[in-house]
Amino acid sequence: MPLFWLRVALTLYGIGLLGAVMSLWTNRSTLTRVMLGAAGSGMVFHFVSLTEIVMLSDTAALSSLHQIESFLAFLLMTFFLVIYGVYKTVSPGIAVFPLVFLLTLSAQTSALSNDASASQVSNSWVNMHVGLILIGYSALIFSFFASILYLIQEKNLKAKGKKSGVWSRLPALATIDEIGYRCLVFGFPFMTFGLISGSVLAEARFGPGFFRDPTILSAIVMWVLYTILLYARWSAGWRGKRAAYMAACAFCTALVVLAANGLSSVHRFVSP
Amino acid sequence: MNFKLIGINHNSAPLEVRERLSVPEARLPEAVRYLVEQPGVEEGMVLSTCNRVEVLTTVRQEADLRKFFPGYFGVSQDSLDGHWYEFEQRDAVRHVFRVASSLDSMVVGEPQILGQVKEAYAVARGIGAVHSALDALLSRAFAVAKRVRSETAVGSSSISISAVAVQLAEKIFGSLQGRTVFLVGAGKMAELAARHLTANGAARLLVCNRTHERAVRLAEIFGGEAIPYERLYETAECADIVLTSTGAPDPIFRREHGEMLLSRRRNRPMFFVDIAVPRNVHPDVNKLDGMFVYDVDDLQLVADSNSAERRKEAQRAEQIVETEVERFAARMKSLHVVPTILSLQEYCETIRQAEIDRIRGRLGKISPEQEAAIEAMTRGIINKLLHTPITTLKSTAASPEAATIEDVIRRIFNLEPKNLDSKSGNSGRKKTED
Repeated sequence: MPLFWLRVALTLYGIGLLGAVMSLWTNRSTLTRVMLGAAGSGMVFHFVSLTEIVMLSDTAALSSLHQIESFLAFLLMTFFLVIYGVYKTVSPGIAVFPLVFLLTLSAQTSALSNDASASQVSNSWVNMHVGLILIGYSALIFSFFASILYLIQEKNLKAKGKKSGVWSRLPALATIDEIGYRCLVFGFPFMTFGLISGSVLAEARFGPGFFRDPTILSAIVMWVLYTILLYARWSAGWRGKRAAYMAACAFCTALVVLAANGLSSVHRFVSP
Repeated sequence: MNFKLIGINHNSAPLEVRERLSVPEARLPEAVRYLVEQPGVEEGMVLSTCNRVEVLTTVRQEADLRKFFPGYFGVSQDSLDGHWYEFEQRDAVRHVFRVASSLDSMVVGEPQILGQVKEAYAVARGIGAVHSALDALLSRAFAVAKRVRSETAVGSSSISISAVAVQLAEKIFGSLQGRTVFLVGAGKMAELAARHLTANGAARLLVCNRTHERAVRLAEIFGGEAIPYERLYETAECADIVLTSTGAPDPIFRREHGEMLLSRRRNRPMFFVDIAVPRNVHPDVNKLDGMFVYDVDDLQLVADSNSAERRKEAQRAEQIVETEVERFAARMKSLHVVPTILSLQEYCETIRQAEIDRIRGRLGKISPEQEAAIEAMTRGIINKLLHTPITTLKSTAASPEAATIEDVIRRIFNLEPKNLDSKSGNSGRKKTED
């Protein structure tokens, strides 16, 4: 059943994606309502799917790549709706819907059951570690999206009345900046405690040698970049290109962390 | 219904004619009363704004609205010839929808006109001059205006230089609430722009001018603060929006000033509105991240672009209006059969009551339940019998054979002949004199 609910959610996210793409060319409030309705109802089915996985699972619920994709998609959609609730903007939807759709599509291609061999360490520790890290990732992804939107809006304003086409309906620069900054601030403690909990887990199982692992090393690099970005924005008010490049670096490092799982001996996803 | 509208507006008459026909707000009820006292006028409303004076009525055949203007305003009819326009039926409906939707305004899409139409409606309704057909027309006009505003962007973009400056500031800062505006130069243009910016919520106004007295005078008008010219740069760092309009021959804000301001403001964005010629802000400042500089040509470019956008959206709005005119006309046509339907129901009800009274004596004493059952049964028979004639009347109301079907039904059921005055004439524009 979790797979069935996930596929229902996928269909609804697909409708939301269509609405997001179509709303680029037209300013119809109907499309916004369709997009938000699809996102909201998709999340309900997605939540049911995730809950069933946790309840049916004997092992850590978030230990396979597909489950992580599914949970990350759910978190991104939650961020999107919260941001809409606060700022009344659907602009991030054009980036969020494709990403959520692809993550959910990938997640549903495989059965969501767990491999029993995953039960190597405490399930609740693994779930907590992965959950915290994914909330931090979601915040970082949104901050990155906001940086891109900031650059586009800045370019629009500097273009001085020349046609900005589909991007003319972006929110105000100050609003985009605030979304990016608040996402960063919100995600930082989650990312930090996620890494700490992961370190505790790894040390318990592998001893101090886990530090030489590529996944762990790249995760630390990502955390350092995240910290520098947050500090630069807080102390020097970094915005625009510099903030966008820094967020892009942190985001790319986050992708490297995911890719490095393939090379890691201590941090591997369970095969689906 | 016979809708008839006559009026003058900015397209049909020059200002010297319009100003003679203006109705002050306080005299509007009196003007409406005078209108409905005219022979043949059943309902009436007077709309008077700076750009138009119109009277909207439902009339009988003999009504001549042209006498209203000379009669009420005391001007000769000759002086108005060639300036007014007159619409009837469907064209009158279309015109009212276009006016309420701001498609007939001097500045297409401006929002004030809907409020003015609503005020005129409220006055006319308040004194009982609008009650049935005009009420339906105006209620529909408000709904159409709302639809146009929500489904098109006809009123969403600014087309004056000052309004464009506010629009751009909102694109940068989200809202002007809590923002500081710094006026460098205290001329008329600066005053106009300051008025727009403060009206849109700017919290603090600082004014700086080489002649300090002029800065003090302008600051007093807007409750701002006058700044000595020597403190120009140190004050600028506090401002989110800097509006320059001095006669300085060279730029007073150059790239190095921009870099200094950004550094002191910890990269918070700044918006320079440079309405001076020659320019007071060097174009290089715009190349800095977080610095946005718009000179007069840039503002005009945005205004022109917005105007083009409005024209495009206005075309979409016209299509909406056309659809709504068709819908309203169909609804109005179906209203013609309402008197026949009511007569038919009344006729059958009279027969039903008479028959019940006739047999009540024969039935002797009956219980309330039995009485209710007889009522329900006879009503059921009547409703079933009338179902087909009534649905036929309604469904064919807008078709050419409607009058024939209505006449046949009236003959079959021996109903009173219909009052010809309640019939609507042919739709279409009768005459336009402008």
